[in-house]
Amino acid sequence: MSGKPVLHYFNARGRMECIRWLLAAAGVEFEEKFIERPEDLEKLKKDGKLMFEQVPMVEIDGMTLVQTRAILNYIATKYDLYGKDVKERALIDMYAEGIADLSEMIIHLVVTPPDQKEAKIALIKDRTKNRYLPAFEKVLKSHGQNYLVGNRLTRVDIHLLELLLYVEEMDSSLLAPFPLLKALKSRLSNLPNVKKFLQPGSQRKPPTDEKTIEEARKVFKF
Amino acid sequence: MTKKPVLHYFNGRGRMESIRWLLAAAGVEFEEKFFETREEFEKLIQGGALMYEQVPMVEIDGMNLVQTRAILRYIAAKYDLYGKNLEEQAWIDMYVEGLRDLSDMIMYFPLSLPKEREMNLEYILQRATTRFFPVYEKALRDHRQDFLVGNRLNWADVQLLEVILMVEECKANVLSGFPLLQDFKVRTSQIPTINRFLQPGSQRKPPLDDESIGTVKNIFKFEQGMFLKNMSTIVAEY
Repeated sequence: MSGKPVLHYFNARGRMECIRWLLAAAGVEFEEKFIERPEDLEKLKKDGKLMFEQVPMVEIDGMTLVQTRAILNYIATKYDLYGKDVKERALIDMYAEGIADLSEMIIHLVVTPPDQKEAKIALIKDRTKNRYLPAFEKVLKSHGQNYLVGNRLTRVDIHLLELLLYVEEMDSSLLAPFPLLKALKSRLSNLPNVKKFLQPGSQRKPPTDEKTIEEARKVFKF
Repeated sequence: MTKKPVLHYFNGRGRMESIRWLLAAAGVEFEEKFFETREEFEKLIQGGALMYEQVPMVEIDGMNLVQTRAILRYIAAKYDLYGKNLEEQAWIDMYVEGLRDLSDMIMYFPLSLPKEREMNLEYILQRATTRFFPVYEKALRDHRQDFLVGNRLNWADVQLLEVILMVEECKANVLSGFPLLQDFKVRTSQIPTINRFLQPGSQRKPPLDDESIGTVKNIFKFEQGMFLKNMSTIVAEY
């Protein structure tokens, strides 16, 4: 009998958050082991659990998976959130990778030096409203369906919802020109598993503050 | 009759090279449409075929696919280079994602400022020999097959060979200390489709020379001296 997946990461969003979202949306309960001191990370490395000496790492179905995308692909396939065939997968991947590119810029903000931050934020906002959000609005407009691919929930809807929430945290006016995205966000937020994850007390992590970054720096030495 | 895939990129390796490798290894013939100036690239953007105004883009099976990983995964799945079950898929994903970090470093290396070149090269070689190659040497040792996953050629094998050859271009004897990787390189190079791709005259691209670096910078408006460690952010910013 397989136990719950166990997520090994820092107690923060970082690169693990999208994995938490996907498991939650799939209705999969999971445990978390937080890395809080340098010794915690060293132990994982010494035990040979980190193929590239990096986290995220997820213990699932007897495997020790690393690399965010490998983990997401596994979960999406296992829980049938990856489309019905190879062509749907291609669309899902194309949309998900665009979401990942913008998310990556947002993740990097927390470690951007203060004197570069303003320029970075301006660039993110520009890309959000001129490149990425229009692209996804266009997808929804092209088929008029309630989900991005294949007329049912797939992983990319969840990735997009997560991104839209971060965009909103940054500047809620960015979403204003995109009615279909706003409707998608609303609809997805009301799905039972998603709604539960959005409640206080879930395993969803808050925005990363300075204190959290400082602690992460000590452990991960960046 | 199926139309051949059409690859849209500049005439260089960049992010398209892994896609060329995978198609070639799968024995799939493909066409290439190169753009050489900023104007030609903008024309492609204005045509509306680039979802995020970025390349690589591959026309395949009626789709205009962008995003390197989306394209690679589609090819791998379509041509049965993605393992036989979910577990094998996971191993392949871990291996290819690991290699991506190293291959990105190598990809950006020609854009180093002259004064940073030596330092960046040392960094690449240090990472290759202490972080990455040991992982794949161990994988081959533990798995005891000719391939990284399962018992037949897959995407991870093709990617590993590609990266080994690129690192060797940086330092010829970089595989000394990794006997299984050396055997892997020789053996995999002899697979007929791959062997053909390694011959002169194939669609494999050479490393960027100074002239090509200038062309790339003009097309994509790169600045000189991009830091290796922020590669993924840099990509998104373009």
